[in-house]
Amino acid sequence: MATAESSETNQYLTFNLDGEVFGLAILKVREVLDFTSITRVPQTPAYMRGVINLRGSVVPVMDLRLKFNMAQTEKKVNTCIIITEVELNGELVVLGALADSVQEVVDLDSSQIEPPPHMGTRLRTEFIKGMGKHGESFIIVLDIDRVFSSEDLASVQAAAPQMADPA
Amino acid sequence: MDVHAEAFKEEAYELLTELETSLLELEERPDDSEVVGRVFRAMHTIKGSGAMFGFDAVSEFTHEVETAFDRVREGMIKVTPELISMTLQARDKILELLNNGGDGKDADARRIVTEFQRICCCGETTENVDPVAEDFGAALHAGMERRRTYRIRFKPVPSFFANGSNPLPLLNELREMGESTVIAHLDAIPMLADYVPDECYTFWDIILTTDQDENAIRDVFIFVEDQCELTIDIIHVDGELEDNEEYKRLGEILVERGDISTEALNEIIGHQPRLGEKLVASKAVDQSMIDAALLEQQHIAKIREKDVQKVKAVTSIKVDSLRLDNMVDLVGELVTVQARLTQKAENNQDPDLLLIAEEVERLTTELRDNTMSIRMLPIGSTFSKFRRLVRDLSRDLGKQIEMTTEGAETELDKTVIDQLNDPLVHIIRNSIDHGIEAPDVRLANGKPKEGVIRLAAHHSGAFVLIEISDNGAGLDPEKLRNKAVSKGLIAPDADLSVDECFALILEAGFSTAEKVTDVSGRGVGMDVVRRSIENLRGEIGITSKLGVGTTITLKLPLTLAIIDGLLVQISDDFFVIPLSMVEECVELSREEALLAKTRSMMSFRGELFSYISLRDSFAIPGDPPAIERVVLASVKGEKIGFGVDQVVGQHQTVIKTLSNVYRDVVGISGATILGDGSVALVLDVNQLVVETTHNG
Amino acid sequence: MAKNIITVDDSASVRQMVSFTLKGAGYEVMEACDGKDALAKLSAGSKADMVITDLNMPNMNGIELIKALRANPAYKFVPIVLLTTESQDSKKQEGKAAGATGWIVKPFKPDQLLSVIKKVLG
Repeated sequence: MATAESSETNQYLTFNLDGEVFGLAILKVREVLDFTSITRVPQTPAYMRGVINLRGSVVPVMDLRLKFNMAQTEKKVNTCIIITEVELNGELVVLGALADSVQEVVDLDSSQIEPPPHMGTRLRTEFIKGMGKHGESFIIVLDIDRVFSSEDLASVQAAAPQMADPA
Repeated sequence: MDVHAEAFKEEAYELLTELETSLLELEERPDDSEVVGRVFRAMHTIKGSGAMFGFDAVSEFTHEVETAFDRVREGMIKVTPELISMTLQARDKILELLNNGGDGKDADARRIVTEFQRICCCGETTENVDPVAEDFGAALHAGMERRRTYRIRFKPVPSFFANGSNPLPLLNELREMGESTVIAHLDAIPMLADYVPDECYTFWDIILTTDQDENAIRDVFIFVEDQCELTIDIIHVDGELEDNEEYKRLGEILVERGDISTEALNEIIGHQPRLGEKLVASKAVDQSMIDAALLEQQHIAKIREKDVQKVKAVTSIKVDSLRLDNMVDLVGELVTVQARLTQKAENNQDPDLLLIAEEVERLTTELRDNTMSIRMLPIGSTFSKFRRLVRDLSRDLGKQIEMTTEGAETELDKTVIDQLNDPLVHIIRNSIDHGIEAPDVRLANGKPKEGVIRLAAHHSGAFVLIEISDNGAGLDPEKLRNKAVSKGLIAPDADLSVDECFALILEAGFSTAEKVTDVSGRGVGMDVVRRSIENLRGEIGITSKLGVGTTITLKLPLTLAIIDGLLVQISDDFFVIPLSMVEECVELSREEALLAKTRSMMSFRGELFSYISLRDSFAIPGDPPAIERVVLASVKGEKIGFGVDQVVGQHQTVIKTLSNVYRDVVGISGATILGDGSVALVLDVNQLVVETTHNG
Repeated sequence: MAKNIITVDDSASVRQMVSFTLKGAGYEVMEACDGKDALAKLSAGSKADMVITDLNMPNMNGIELIKALRANPAYKFVPIVLLTTESQDSKKQEGKAAGATGWIVKPFKPDQLLSVIKKVLG
């Protein structure tokens, strides 16, 4: 199994946000859905677009463009929702991410990924794992766990309530 | 019936007067049959009506006289002066019984009765026994507790209808006696040319499973027993199951019923596989006979199956709770799909599809209720867990505390019970630590040194109330208030009712213990309890009397997974309000709505209610409609109006948890999936109110 | 629509009791004091869905009433129940022969009356 896993970790799903190409470790991706109607949840940050019905489960959807300080994602033919599994406070949570379009699955060797530049990108470097070189173009490889568990998201979420426990 | 009794008495007096006259007439003309008839009818009426109106003694006594005159009418005994004088004595006796009551068994009455019996016996020629009654009596046997399955063939004679008899009420009467399969045999109905509409061509086979005996079945046909062929056979007795034995084969049934002879059957069986077809093809029996026999097989199979289930029902099975959770999830999805089906069917206006949708809805609701009931557990097991806790804690603290429980059999959804444990632990700890005083303090205050903590549960509508009470020191509203002021939780001049003071202990950052103990009181505690209970869509109530004790009441919904909700709409967003909280829906004009918004109050039917505009609370864009709908919901005993655009209607709500990401969203307790597949949010009405009052 | 039942009895208290019971069960009730009265009332245009008649009555008894009714096409299939006492088994047979649908043995209780009506009227 270990060999299978290591080969998979080298695969990335690439998608487009406002003209830029992003990559997401394929291990984190559950499936890709067509755009569907999203129900807003009141009093949440704008980049939390709301929830969708994923075969009976209610799954939150994040607008990555808003999160990355781009204009809000508009529904177009290729707009889709990438369903991911992220780790949030040690728990596995299913989350959707809006993308303008999904492109392909690419193989990137760790040697092909360079550390992120400190400047020159629109988004905060803490979300970036590195820059992947694919042919002539660059892929921004995201650290999706970080994207979702950043400070902003914490403000959506309260500290888990705990019973006073007499130790 | 008193009016009727009086009416009867009046009538009886008249009859007795008339009787006296008739008897005197009869003395002169003993052969006048018209007078004999009058005497007989008078006795007959007194007897018959007397019994109906509770004059049993009169009726019983008169019976003998009536019998005598019946014989006279039939010419079997003669009118003699002796008979007339006896009858006059009897008449006086009847009058006496009517006026004074009595059982008609006194010496005088007995003498008269004996005389009449003697008179009758002299002329007796026939045995006067009701043949039907005798029949029935002999066949009666006790102890028909086991259900039996009967095969009844009811074959009316062609002239069956001629005296107003109708077979259908009789079949219905049989149906009411138990589980039945009724087969009508129509093969005898002739072609139209030969058809006589007055005649009955149909006959029936009824397979009936009932706990009543054969006589009860015969009783059904009592009026028509001479107008029909009636055969009744026992074909199965519950509990007399021979394992693995198939019920009778088709051919056997037909032979038993006399529909075919064994010889004829054997001849046919001789060759081919499918007996039924062969029998019909050979014209040895009609198709309907075969159908009837096959239905009998099915009926018995069904009865046997239930029989077997009954035996098994005594035992219970242990099931992994995960499997149950899965099942509830599946039922939840089914409910959602069913909602979609119903919506689709309504949109298409296809009557066939609508019919199917309705059927699916009925089944789904039944399945839902069944599944939910499987998850219901008595709270007793949770209660008993706390005995140890109470014992250990009270020992640690040097207190003497007894725990009592009530309503341990009260059932709650397993999920609720599971999530109730921690809050209960906390409340009980609080009671032991802060509530119940040390034994010397109790004695000094004139209380028994042993304190009591009582856990009680009972149902109240769609909720379960759990009360945790102690007979401890009680809460001091002033002290609580001062503490809250010193902690900066409330303004020094805040105007709080006693109940509001009690509710302060549920606030975050409030701890009443003067010193922090191991057991409870680090400033976190009751606020967490409140949160947990509100997460369960429940409420907490506190009542307390200083020096007497405190009761904390938890009001919890019976189940969490699926609730009945009211679907409302604001702009394009849909929300569900738990129906159990909804009191009514009212309308507000734009002006009234504006006024309500500025005042956070609305008036309706001369009453003032708090008003919360959900559009404003949730900052939903768009313009409100000209007429706003307000859902009046009952929150902690207070009615509060929630302004929405539209009330869509009732919605069977399968509650889905919102992702952890949304854990801190105020006023939303979950989500549900609507008929069109989109998501609606479930409102947490309690939280909304708390939040709004805090911010306002 | 409520079914219409006529009770024929020379005893006013029986008529009252029958009538009270039937009305309580939702039937419409007509009353007649003997066979003649019943025939007159029924031929005057009131249609009965069922007849409950006593056997022994002045002017025209129950058997005669049944025969007269069965001769009328409108009452050929209408259920007719005869009130008798247990000592008159032969009368039951006579009544059936005349065209009675069934009988009620006096004395009877209201629920017995209703169960017989259910049996013949549905």
